[in-house]
Amino acid sequence: MSETNKNIILSVKDLEVKFKVRDRVLTAIRHISMDFEEGKVVAIVGESGSGKSVFTKTFTGMLEVNGEVTNGEIWFEGQDLAKIKKDSDWEKIRGKKIATVFQDPMTSLNPVKKIGDQISEVIIKHQGKSKAEAKKMAIEMMGKVGIKDPDLRYDEYPFMYSGGMRQRIVIAIALACRPKILICDEPTTALDVTIQAQIIRLIKDLSEEYGFTTIYITHDLGVVANVADIVAVMYAGQIIEYGKVDEIFYDSKHPYTWGLLSSLPQLGEKGEDLFAIRGTPPSLFEEVKGDAFAPRSNYAMKIDYVEEPPFFKVTDTHYAKTWLLDPRAPKVEPPAAVKELHERMLALTSKGGIYSER
Amino acid sequence: MSVNNEKEVLLDVKHLEVTFSNSKKHVFKAVKDANFQIYKGETFALVGESGSGKTTIARAIIRLNDTSDGEILFRGKKINGKLSKEDKKWVQRNIQMIFQDPAASLNERATIDYCISEGLYNFHLYTDEADRQKKVDLALDSVGLLPEHKSRYPHEFSGGQRQRVGIARAMIMEPEFIIADEPISALDVSIRAQVLNLMNKFKEERGLTYMFIAHDLSVVRYFADRIAVIHNGRIVEVAPSNELFHFPIHPYTRSLLQAVPMPDPEIEKAKELKPYDQEKENKADETGSLQEIKPGHFIFMAENEREEYEAIVKEMEKTAK
Repeated sequence: MSETNKNIILSVKDLEVKFKVRDRVLTAIRHISMDFEEGKVVAIVGESGSGKSVFTKTFTGMLEVNGEVTNGEIWFEGQDLAKIKKDSDWEKIRGKKIATVFQDPMTSLNPVKKIGDQISEVIIKHQGKSKAEAKKMAIEMMGKVGIKDPDLRYDEYPFMYSGGMRQRIVIAIALACRPKILICDEPTTALDVTIQAQIIRLIKDLSEEYGFTTIYITHDLGVVANVADIVAVMYAGQIIEYGKVDEIFYDSKHPYTWGLLSSLPQLGEKGEDLFAIRGTPPSLFEEVKGDAFAPRSNYAMKIDYVEEPPFFKVTDTHYAKTWLLDPRAPKVEPPAAVKELHERMLALTSKGGIYSER
Repeated sequence: MSVNNEKEVLLDVKHLEVTFSNSKKHVFKAVKDANFQIYKGETFALVGESGSGKTTIARAIIRLNDTSDGEILFRGKKINGKLSKEDKKWVQRNIQMIFQDPAASLNERATIDYCISEGLYNFHLYTDEADRQKKVDLALDSVGLLPEHKSRYPHEFSGGQRQRVGIARAMIMEPEFIIADEPISALDVSIRAQVLNLMNKFKEERGLTYMFIAHDLSVVRYFADRIAVIHNGRIVEVAPSNELFHFPIHPYTRSLLQAVPMPDPEIEKAKELKPYDQEKENKADETGSLQEIKPGHFIFMAENEREEYEAIVKEMEKTAK
């Protein structure tokens, strides 16, 4: 999936990550190669357990102690991050050049420390500014993330802030060091949809202003549709489809992507069962043979149980890892819900639709 | 949509208030004057953001939170405040809860067999060991798990399977009323639909009543019969599900609906946000009450806001025709 003549800020090659769990070995990332283009918003979509958080944790050296990169390279600014061993080396990258915003703002903030001080301490640590300078910058940053009267609210504590406001502060902390890459790990899952929409917009606006690259981890395809330029769909430790956001939503090729789109609650009708992908993801304690999604797929062929599919090229920007794209495979149509997605969404959001503006 | 006068009220919440305080000075009202009824056999959804008080209401019903004012009646009997030992047991037995995070709500050191049987043990709801085994097997089967899973531990299961255990553990008590607190928000997308469909199946087969807590309106749309929207500890709108989606009246409900993220890049990127700002909208908080504006459709309002809301109703009905 490499594209020439583009600015690649982060390049992952053949990455494998394993965890030791008691006496067994779990392969969480199964040979991922992927380039991240500078300034873009890349959404990584997948279920919990698909490896999406593990994948991005390798960029900041934040794997749990029982996890290890067992193969591959992660190139960033001429350095292979996969080779870093010492925590002191990671500190030059983590938080400074690659920062992360986590899901729950309450656990990322120190409950007994003033909001403003939590921002300025990062500035003091990473940029070596004086206390007064750092405070000035922190107040400016608070304003940037949409806190009204930041100078007055500098001295307040996290419990005095709402969930949305706290997440704004976490973003301010993450951006205080002007990172090159911002990893957002389900940053809005705990928030209501109206606040979620504001936070998403904020991250987007800031990324345009500061020019950082955003890696957005989520399982919510509605959020993906909003934020992403590029979408990578993960399943069982691999990327199985990759493309521009329009290509993934309007012309997806992998049966798993079809399943994800079909099971969206926005498509549910009162009194009808929701579409559900049957079964559960495979155990990654065991070696996966063939296409990992085959046992749950309505489109599985014999070869899916025997040999792992390669990436097939759909367009220069769109790739999918499914044997269905092999010239020898029978032609199949995606399910109706996927084909009609745009029409159905238009009906729901245009005048008179239940999700329309009123 | 008729006013459900004839329906049997299973749970009746009247002027419920729950406060938290760390000292006499700081008192935080998590739930303010909540009023709603849940009818037998229906699914009642309570929707709001985290921190809005929805889980606090649920915990007050199952007596995990003390109430500071108001009454909670279950089958006409008061269940908040001081209760006799037998009455407490009666509540524990008949109202079951399915929690958000199945990883945190199951005893990690107990086998699945024990996790599911815990309620049976506590209430001696079996005649002999063979009877208990039979009940556990049936409960496992009903949620799509196998008898061989009994000897395993919670950590050996995926999130979706653990939530099935959580459901089996509630169902084995044969409760009348189940409170499900965001039962699918910790689950994988592809598993969510499975769990919701399973809960629906139980409702139809056993005539269960659910209170379903969620922060996402799109999830409750096809699942709930009636929906209450809560904002900052205050229930602002209650209506039958279809009515709420087609004729949302309170500005907070409207902003929630409009903000539901749609899986469609073209639509999402063109969307203009209309966030709800209580101060700017100048909506009542302390002075209002929940008033019926259409049959079965309630809005929280101050008396001087009634005209404004009635105008909205008229306008919407005109457009609908």
